[in-house]
Amino acid sequence: MYVAVKGGERAIDNAHAFLAEERRGDPAIPELGTAQIREQLRLSVNRVMAEGSLYDPDLAALGIKQSRGDLIEAVFLIRAYRTTLPRFGASRPVDTGKMTCTRRISATFKDAPGGQILGPTFDYTHRLLDFKLLADGQTPPAAATAPANESPLPHITGFLDRDGLIQPETGNAETPPDLTREPMELPAPRALRLQALTRGDEGFILSLAYSTQRGYGRTHAFVGELRIGTVAVEMEIPELGFAVEVGEIELTECETVNQFTGSKTEPPQFTRGYGLTFGQTERKAIAMSLVDRALRWRELGEDDTGAPAQDEEFVLMHADNVQATGFLEHIKLPHYVDFQSELELIRKLRTEAIAARTEAAE
Amino acid sequence: MTQISRRDWMGLLARAPTHRLAALMPAEPDAAFLRPPEIGTVMVRGRIGATGSAFNLGEMTVTRCTLQIASGQVGHAHVQGRDRDHARRAAVVDALMQTESASDVHAGILTPLAQEEAQRRSLRAAKAAATRVEFFTLVRGEDK
Amino acid sequence: MTATLSGGFRDAPTQSARAFRAILDALSRPGTIQTLSGPVTPPAPLSQAAGTLLLTLADATTPLHLAGDLDTPAVRDWLTFHSGAPLVGAGDAAFAVGTWDALLPLSRFFIGTSEYPDRAATLIVEMQDLSPNGARLSGPGIDGHAFLSLPEVTAFAANHRLSPLGFDCFLTAGDRLAGLPRSTRVEAA
Repeated sequence: MYVAVKGGERAIDNAHAFLAEERRGDPAIPELGTAQIREQLRLSVNRVMAEGSLYDPDLAALGIKQSRGDLIEAVFLIRAYRTTLPRFGASRPVDTGKMTCTRRISATFKDAPGGQILGPTFDYTHRLLDFKLLADGQTPPAAATAPANESPLPHITGFLDRDGLIQPETGNAETPPDLTREPMELPAPRALRLQALTRGDEGFILSLAYSTQRGYGRTHAFVGELRIGTVAVEMEIPELGFAVEVGEIELTECETVNQFTGSKTEPPQFTRGYGLTFGQTERKAIAMSLVDRALRWRELGEDDTGAPAQDEEFVLMHADNVQATGFLEHIKLPHYVDFQSELELIRKLRTEAIAARTEAAE
Repeated sequence: MTQISRRDWMGLLARAPTHRLAALMPAEPDAAFLRPPEIGTVMVRGRIGATGSAFNLGEMTVTRCTLQIASGQVGHAHVQGRDRDHARRAAVVDALMQTESASDVHAGILTPLAQEEAQRRSLRAAKAAATRVEFFTLVRGEDK
Repeated sequence: MTATLSGGFRDAPTQSARAFRAILDALSRPGTIQTLSGPVTPPAPLSQAAGTLLLTLADATTPLHLAGDLDTPAVRDWLTFHSGAPLVGAGDAAFAVGTWDALLPLSRFFIGTSEYPDRAATLIVEMQDLSPNGARLSGPGIDGHAFLSLPEVTAFAANHRLSPLGFDCFLTAGDRLAGLPRSTRVEAA
């Protein structure tokens, strides 16, 4: 039971002022601009866009500044802002086969056509703190360049597909379900699961994916291809009667190649997991593809081993960090009346228990 | 003058950096808004497994605008982000490209935007290309 | 072409919020008649009230059915540009607009499911006139009873009996608007 209690306005106003001052920190230190966050904390911005489910680097940077770097709070701010905007429509499905890649690697084919492009990765750094970054004002030397072939890079799973070695991925033109418009209904089709996973909390998806690697719903995943780059977003404009590009966004795509399916009539084939996320967010995209694959056990005729990553309801209902934090944090808000009834109950129970014990002793 | 389709110039205007479009358009003709610049979102869709059915990936901010210039042509714009001026300028260019001054607008605005975009893309592609791995296999002992 | 593109909200956030308030009042106080006079000027034969209501409530996620004589190229193009609502057949519609005769038979429209009664269609009935007399209304949002000039009684009484399923209804004439949710009990006066 909730009872409105008045009062506390002045305390709240003062708390806001205190928060604003703490957000600014020591005024002797120059203020952080949102453009600096957008350019220099790009991976935080990407995470806020992915989980906030809204691609707008400036807004994500503002959210990060306002939330003092609390990324879940920033995601919350972005989600709240999004609800104030009209939706003009939906894009055509983006064509990741035409992605302009800044990174593209395969763990399955060393000599993949188009080559392995490392891009701006942490992978081969030594994870030693770089104390040079403590010094101000150093612009790094320009990155090296090399002659580039700007034609699109083919999807690596396409080569397996051509030989019939992997499950083909074909589709229909149906309008996909949208969990931001209609409550999630279970069992969820794969399109709805992917939407929930791509906006889900990175930590949660990562841990679930890790659990599948450790044996809780094992899927034997290889990264067939991981690519990061920009794709055009096209939308049909009814008044024009044709589709135009409304912009370009950066995406990370992960396609996993997993162990087999097959039957008496169908020879064995590799299976797929899929991850697609806003921005350069490769841990999330890889994790998403593993969890996607684990959730496909029913359609691939596999056993339900009872693993958490195979439990659609468990995964989908707990992946959203705004929902999770809302419910979690509400318990710190006043529950005075609730608690009053619990207090009365426990006093009554204790009185009865003590009375019974006294009676027994007599 | 090279040919450019309406679809292509609308895409180019949408992708253009706001400040560059502003710099290339110091003056604008009078225009009446049929739909004043409006900020909203577009739901971006992906395909399951890159080639399968569509799914909803998440939204992006988009600003749209429709206007009519004094000579009667109607210009439309749908541009990424939340910059009303960007959408208005893109719609003005779209309208002007339907007038007799199309070739001037093309040369003065679209051509520089296209060249700058091509340069940006080439530079980024060249940086990525420099991180391309050249494998070489060491001769292993047992292969002798 | 310009006629298609003009006649929308000039300042959508403020003007549509005002219209929304009037629409909300109409639906929450059945029997009252609201006015939707504003900047919206739809092409004939769509009324100003119906046009304003659709520009306020309809968007790309609300399929719209145009019944009978309202289904003209001018009305189609105008609604497509200003609302973005996809135009569909009666069975798929979230909103349907037309005269009473054009909307019949009502069995074509979706009445929701017991899990999601809110997914039912909303009908917009274009009327010659709208006045506070005729059928007797009672139920939520009505102090005692009210009267409204409905095109007929039987269909609305039957719809009320489906509650919580059933369609919701707006009645429009010129710039005037009344609401009739499925929760309203309708009887002959």
